[in-house]
Amino acid sequence: MALLNITSPHTHGANRTGRLMRLVVYATIPGIVALTHFFGIGVLINVLLASLSCIAFEALVMKLRARPIMFYLRDCSALVTGVLIGVSLPPYCPWWLVISASFVAIVLAKQLYGGMGFNPFNPAMVAYVLLLISFPVQMTQWATPLPMLADGQTAPSLVAALDKIFFSIPIDGYSSATVLDVMKQNSGLTLDDLYQQQPVFVEGRWAGAGWEWVNIAFLLGGIYLLYKKVFTWHAPISMLLALVVMSALFYDSGSSNSGGSPTYHLLSGATMLGAFFIVTDPVSSAVSTRGRIVYGALIGVLIYVIRAWGTSYPDGVGFAVLLMNFAAPFIDYYTTPRTYGHKKPRRATDASTQDGGH
Amino acid sequence: MTSLIKVWELPGGIHPPEHKDQSLQLPLGRVPLPPVLVIPLNQHMGTPAQPVVQVGERVLAGQLIGAADGTFSANTHASTSGTVIAIEERAIPHPSGMNSESVVIEPDGKDEWIELTPCEDYRSLDRLTLLDKIRAAGVAGLGGAGFPTAVKLAPKSTQVIDTLILNGAECEPYITADDMLMQVRAAELVAGTLLLSHILHHPKNLLIGIEDNKPKAIAAVKAAVAGAAVTDPEAANIQVVVFPTKYPSGGAKQLTQILTGREIPSGHHSADIGVICVNVGTAVAAWRAVRFGEPLVSRVTTMVGDALATQRNVDVLLGTPISYLLTQHGFNANNASRVVMGGPMMGFTLLDLAAPVIKTTNCILAPSKQELPEPTPAQACIRCGICAEVCPASLLPQQLFWYAQAEDFDRLESHNLFDCIECGACSYVCPSTIPLVQYYRAAKGSIRLHEIEKEKSDRSRQRFEFRQERIAKEEAEKEAKRVARQKAAEEAKKKLAEKAAETAAAPVSSADPISAAAVKVSATQATPDEQKAKLERLVAAAKNTLEFQQKPLVPNKTNPVISEEQLVKQQVRIKQAELKLAEAEQKLADFITGLGTTPAAAASAAAAPIAAEPAVDMNDPVAAAIARAQAKLTMSPEDKARANLESLRGRLAKAEEKVAAAKADGSANLDALQQGAEKLQQKIAEALAELSALGIEDKPAPVAAPATEPAAPEPVSAEQSAAQAAIEKAKAKAAALANMSDDEKRAEQIQSLQTRLTKARERLAKAEAENDANIEAFRAGVTKLEEKLQELA
Ligand code: SF4
Ligand code: SF4
Repeated sequence: MALLNITSPHTHGANRTGRLMRLVVYATIPGIVALTHFFGIGVLINVLLASLSCIAFEALVMKLRARPIMFYLRDCSALVTGVLIGVSLPPYCPWWLVISASFVAIVLAKQLYGGMGFNPFNPAMVAYVLLLISFPVQMTQWATPLPMLADGQTAPSLVAALDKIFFSIPIDGYSSATVLDVMKQNSGLTLDDLYQQQPVFVEGRWAGAGWEWVNIAFLLGGIYLLYKKVFTWHAPISMLLALVVMSALFYDSGSSNSGGSPTYHLLSGATMLGAFFIVTDPVSSAVSTRGRIVYGALIGVLIYVIRAWGTSYPDGVGFAVLLMNFAAPFIDYYTTPRTYGHKKPRRATDASTQDGGH
Repeated sequence: MTSLIKVWELPGGIHPPEHKDQSLQLPLGRVPLPPVLVIPLNQHMGTPAQPVVQVGERVLAGQLIGAADGTFSANTHASTSGTVIAIEERAIPHPSGMNSESVVIEPDGKDEWIELTPCEDYRSLDRLTLLDKIRAAGVAGLGGAGFPTAVKLAPKSTQVIDTLILNGAECEPYITADDMLMQVRAAELVAGTLLLSHILHHPKNLLIGIEDNKPKAIAAVKAAVAGAAVTDPEAANIQVVVFPTKYPSGGAKQLTQILTGREIPSGHHSADIGVICVNVGTAVAAWRAVRFGEPLVSRVTTMVGDALATQRNVDVLLGTPISYLLTQHGFNANNASRVVMGGPMMGFTLLDLAAPVIKTTNCILAPSKQELPEPTPAQACIRCGICAEVCPASLLPQQLFWYAQAEDFDRLESHNLFDCIECGACSYVCPSTIPLVQYYRAAKGSIRLHEIEKEKSDRSRQRFEFRQERIAKEEAEKEAKRVARQKAAEEAKKKLAEKAAETAAAPVSSADPISAAAVKVSATQATPDEQKAKLERLVAAAKNTLEFQQKPLVPNKTNPVISEEQLVKQQVRIKQAELKLAEAEQKLADFITGLGTTPAAAASAAAAPIAAEPAVDMNDPVAAAIARAQAKLTMSPEDKARANLESLRGRLAKAEEKVAAAKADGSANLDALQQGAEKLQQKIAEALAELSALGIEDKPAPVAAPATEPAAPEPVSAEQSAAQAAIEKAKAKAAALANMSDDEKRAEQIQSLQTRLTKARERLAKAEAENDANIEAFRAGVTKLEEKLQELA
């Protein structure tokens, strides 16, 4: 028996980073299923393509940095990034869009900053936003959700999808405006009228055809993660609450100026995906519990602001998250917890030897 | 006794698998005497004890073998009887795997005890005696830290203790030593609690805190409290507080928080918030120390882990080698991943199994490789924040880790690294299996090291400054000494010169120039009143000087430190000033008497050069010296004799009166009185003879002046003869001078004046340097001499 000087604690909980990441991947399954149901095979192709390319880029960089590749791949963080990119990009978008997004996310946003744990910005969101700015057309062409398809029309077949993705062969009735677009472009109609006239709302139940179910699916995944204690409720719930508060404040009783009801905001666009899969990204968020509440709430507010009053981009999750990634260190600075035996929290830069001493 | 107390929530915390059952299946066991006992001298926190036995000495169980070194230390005793076979460095259980001086005893198997002094009723003893008993028994915290208990039980007078907490939480997985102890020694625990309460002046709250995963212990303690309450009303005051199991609720800070809601301020002791927290085992040891006078020589230790065939609690003698204990419990070395002293959360790996069981050994954990596998390599921190959630101290472990890696000591401090209790909860939950605590320990170590270095460099800087200062001081002292020596030399020179001058100066006031001097004197000396005033001034000046000299020496810039030498010199100066004052006063008094009794004599004396003394310039040392000599010569013998005679006559008259009265009364003392009177008469006769010997008749108002004309009477005393000799010498010189040619005389005079002038100047310079009170007088003297010299030249 070798008596190694192993220091305490000698025992360890069951948590592993790889396990947490895998749980996150599992939790996206309902969302992916819903997306695939409503938008067809293109979603799956996106996810697959993005995941594979992310892992490939990660492996490549590890090889270049001469690190044990498998050890780093095992933390599954690249897989999570890939899946998130896959569900964020519009289905049936060109393959190079997906690959570039993966490249931006893994190589630029993550590894160039030092790799896992050192990236100040959420890699998937960096990729999404960068491509949205660079390729606004391709990035905003969302497929028509299933309920809105004309009678007899079905979602694109695998062949058609592959043709579209790799050879840019167009698909009939392939794209339509999303709910967010509709709401954004609305002028003059009250919400009631809008809900009655626009097919995207007519076909939907609460917040627009397809999207409401996608959001509910992601919410389910999020609840699963909460249950599994992969993260705490603080950031996602405060984000959703802030969004609800904002939309309730500016609901304007459903006039044509209204930004939309709280239900609508909760269940449209990338709200739930953002709340449970993006905002909860630990690396780029604030660290303390209080910090995370502030961080989540500010993101919620920003999402509403961008959705309601922003000019060119329909959804604001990506921008809001990136902006708050910037702000995370400041939030950390002002939200340090009060340590046992101290009267008040100590600022992160307070180097004075306090009564504590030693 | 049933707890109605509010139990507070501990922030953070974890629920690791408890693993407490396996060691609780068997009753508390014992192991046979080991072949050798190794008793380290520092089993406690603080200074190691000092060995008080010799190699080869036979010791008895309970005998003191290591005496506490200072207050913050603890006695060490032999655990059984036997022979001391060595006192040397041996491995001790310590995180660093260090060695410590240990007393090695070979047991003789008899287990003979020293005589113990039991105490039936500790309440009859005062608290200090009780503390002494606990101290003598070497009781130190058995929970893990080994804090000397007597120190803990003696809080400062400013710390009012209102809560005594008995820590039976035992939150660490695997360990059941306190659990077992509470089960089998519940009554002693309660008695110990009451004892500690007594020592601490009966605090309001007596709490025994136990985690809810120890139902048997809880039941036993509750029963014991109920039992004790029958005889002792205070026992009813003891509350057994059961709270939910959560690691690390057993930390003193955490338990205090759970039971009182109070937090121990960072950097303070629990006593500062009125709480004293003692491990249950310690309380039992303290009780046994007082009740039976029994030193701490054994403790309950948990032997646990899958690498052992038998897992249980044992009551083991301190000093028993751990390897021996392991063997006794069927240790399978091949399957063991490590051997840990303490629990899996905070225990440390034993590097040398020969290390013995000490006062703080609550558990020996020998896990199998499956049970506690080697740690997996750490992955990157994903900032998940789980660590922050479980930290009982509400720290941000991930930030601490970050800054520890970056060695950013300032940030570590500002993130309260030193409030980390190293509980390991953060490491336990970290999904990236980062050994966070290890980083914190290392960081703490390097910060401390850093501080020590800083202190060292500060100190060496200080040392340098000290050195500079010391050198400067030494220089100053040397300089002061040099000046003092110079002064002394000058003084000596001056005295020599004075003597020389006395002789040299004599002619000035006698011989040929005598008449001139006399004229001068009579000229300066206008009326007796003026003379008197002058004398009075002299007295005043002398008084001033004395006062000035008596002032305590004050360090100043040039003289930062007062040396012994300077003090002595000051005393000398004071003496001189006193003498001068006395002299001046005497002169004044003499003058007044002279004035009152014989104005004529005084007048004639003024005319006579030799008696011109009162008019002599007192600031001229030469003249003063002559005057002094003359005063002695002229005044003393005659005046003294006369005064003597006068007083004798007075006494005789009185004695005769008494004799007459006695005769009239027919007193018994008559004879004695007559004898006295006769004696007095004899003395008077003697005095008369003396007077006549001086050539003076016994007249009430003798004309004294011419009495000491050159044809001097035979010397009366040696002193007088010396003075006489000096005068004779001076006169001889004057006569010689008179025989010289005028030019020669002048040259001689000029030379003498020049010497005096240089001396006077020197004196003046010195006075100026010293800021002497008499500086004006010196200056005047110098000017006078200069004038004289010019006159002659
Ligand atoms: S638990 Fe580990 S991985 Fe998570 S934030 Fe703390 S140190 Fe980082
Ligand atoms: S080891 Fe320190 S930082 Fe980690 S949980 Fe315990 S107290 Fe907090």
